[in-house]
Amino acid sequence: MKNTAELSLYVPEPSGRPGDEPDFSNVPLQDAGEQRCPDTLTPEIELRDMPYGLVRVLDDDGKAVGPWAPDLSTDHLMRGLDAMVRTRIFDDRMFRANRQGKTSFYMKSTGEEAIGAAQSLCLGERDMCFPTYRILSWLMARDYPMTALGNQIFSNAEDPLKGRQLPVLYSARDYGFYSISGNLGSRLGHAVGWAMASAYRHDDSIALGYVGEGTTAEGNVHEALTFAGVYRAPVILCITNNQWAISSFSGIAGGNRTTFAAKALAYGIPGLRVDGNDFLAIHAATNWARERALGNKGATLIELVTYRAAAHSSSDDPTRYRPKGESEAWPLGDPVERLKQHLIQRGDLTEDGYTDLHEDCEKRVRAAIREAEAVGTLGQSKPSVKAMFEEVFKEPDWRQIEQRRELGY
Amino acid sequence: MVAMNMVQALNSALDVKLEDDPDILTFGEDVGYFGGVFRVTDKLQEKYGLTRCFDTPISEGGIVATAIGMGAYGLRPVVEIQFADYILPAFDQLVSEAARLRYRSNGEFWAPITVRVPYGGGIFGGQTHSQSPEALFAHVVGLKSVIPSNPYDAKGLLISAIEDDDPVIFFEPKRLYNGLFEGRPDDPVKPWKDHPLADVPEDVYRIPLGKARMVREGADVTVLAYGTMVHVALSAIEECGIDAELIDLRSIVPLDIDAIVESVQRTGRCVIAHEASRYGGFGGELSALVQERCFHHLRAPIERVAGWDTPYPHAFEWDYFPGPQRVIDAMQRTQEV
Repeated sequence: MKNTAELSLYVPEPSGRPGDEPDFSNVPLQDAGEQRCPDTLTPEIELRDMPYGLVRVLDDDGKAVGPWAPDLSTDHLMRGLDAMVRTRIFDDRMFRANRQGKTSFYMKSTGEEAIGAAQSLCLGERDMCFPTYRILSWLMARDYPMTALGNQIFSNAEDPLKGRQLPVLYSARDYGFYSISGNLGSRLGHAVGWAMASAYRHDDSIALGYVGEGTTAEGNVHEALTFAGVYRAPVILCITNNQWAISSFSGIAGGNRTTFAAKALAYGIPGLRVDGNDFLAIHAATNWARERALGNKGATLIELVTYRAAAHSSSDDPTRYRPKGESEAWPLGDPVERLKQHLIQRGDLTEDGYTDLHEDCEKRVRAAIREAEAVGTLGQSKPSVKAMFEEVFKEPDWRQIEQRRELGY
Repeated sequence: MVAMNMVQALNSALDVKLEDDPDILTFGEDVGYFGGVFRVTDKLQEKYGLTRCFDTPISEGGIVATAIGMGAYGLRPVVEIQFADYILPAFDQLVSEAARLRYRSNGEFWAPITVRVPYGGGIFGGQTHSQSPEALFAHVVGLKSVIPSNPYDAKGLLISAIEDDDPVIFFEPKRLYNGLFEGRPDDPVKPWKDHPLADVPEDVYRIPLGKARMVREGADVTVLAYGTMVHVALSAIEECGIDAELIDLRSIVPLDIDAIVESVQRTGRCVIAHEASRYGGFGGELSALVQERCFHHLRAPIERVAGWDTPYPHAFEWDYFPGPQRVIDAMQRTQEV
């Protein structure tokens, strides 16, 4: 007998549980500026080392270094910072509104604000993103009215989705933001289909789809990657690896011995692993993938390495499954702080300037939420019950008409 | 007019629509170069090119997901699931996505897709080449379900389905693809060419969704059927001599409720026939609707003739398949009360 042992079932466990010290020594990192930046039309076969590195631009001093450093205007960076700050303030206020019973549910994106903001500002007006429920900063960066967000969260009479959807499952076609649904991963294939349609029509718009690292275990993610690879769809498929899927750590999703970016390898598409708390790196990597897609070279997979700083949702308590202080110990820091630091380092922002920006953001968020609250919060106001029966089909069939009348509308 | 079998009629529907509208494309497993395992997409790739009619990976979820994305973009994809038995990997896409996209986005996005699925038994297809899953989809609000029973309807209904702005599942009774079948396995197959509904116009025409077809008028009992069971029921009626009225529902959603109610209120009796297993089958919904709306006109209990509540078996094909004798027995029971 050679090379045999008693079989035992291996169940991955995170590096720390409540009461333990946070430990991220298992997360492979690379210093800012170290990862190479190949030409966007490089054949996939020459890119196979990329998924194991880490594209980072901002160093510890907030300086943009290395070949990925993008040439972005101050105005552009300030728009990003504004979107991220408003996202964080809005999240905090809405989380509180949930605790006050003004809405049934909320999900924060704390710590992940750079992702939606950078990608939203990087992509074109006609590109379409297929978001998860944690990409609010996309809408903030495109100046989606915050009052409308509030109305949706409160399911009030002005709710753009007519009270049909759970809070945060937005839809905003004019802002390049596809309708969110509660079932995980099922829109990644839509992003691929959208991109295939664009290619079919010889259009110049692309699609960008998101899943969290937990969702990569769903079959529909494999389906989407297969189709993206087979048809060379002009799509960017993003995995926001925030280390946690509710209470299960990324190892349970299959991230223990490889990277999520490396999933790209077997589908024949490039995979980039990117610092998800680095606005500039996200911007640069997304632009790289977009150029490649518009060069008709097909899809790119991007793993955005970040950390879910807040609870999974308003119904979750992370102190029950992960160490206290993990968020502070996260080696890639805080995305808002890092972009702020960069702008200060560039000489484009001062501490006082940032305080002003923050106050201004707070004022705008407060005003918007107040306006939404004035329409009504959950249970105080709602759209016409008629709307419940509309848009099941383009035209209602006899069932919706009869049942609406039965209810007295 | 040309005599066509159902395969040719469906092929013709795709052909005229591909010709008509560059936003229409069709794809699925073996659909492209090979022309489909049942030949429904024969020669379409040759005629319209690789990007209008193409092969896909073996991934029903991926096929429907990409179709939904294309539909949201503005195309009108017509996709094929090789057998209805294999539509289940796409169930989440159909139920959670296609059916609800318009509703949940308040009309910002929708999926005008058509999903073609060969379905039904009577071909010794065993458990995974014979099923009739229409009831699973009837329960899903936001999906339309269409089932033709002859070449003329097949083409007209498929064109309407493709043009419809809602997602449509188009069930094709594969037992009827190449000839008429009346549920009598020992009889020689009847070719479509001798049937009046095999005269199919070569250009575009439409049969509206939600409109049933009166197959045979009668006074004694209303028989509700769709797909292959339309022909089984007609043959049963002709054999037993009961003056039955036969309605081919043609679509399950939307359902032509007026035609059903009008008929049963006249005949006072109702037999429902489908291949799918009985418990939880679409016959249950039909029976409930008839009972609710025709209670004071009913003179006998509503009868359901259906597949048994077992998986679709292989060796017991003709013990399982609800053939004409079972339809006759049910019609007779309604007359005895």
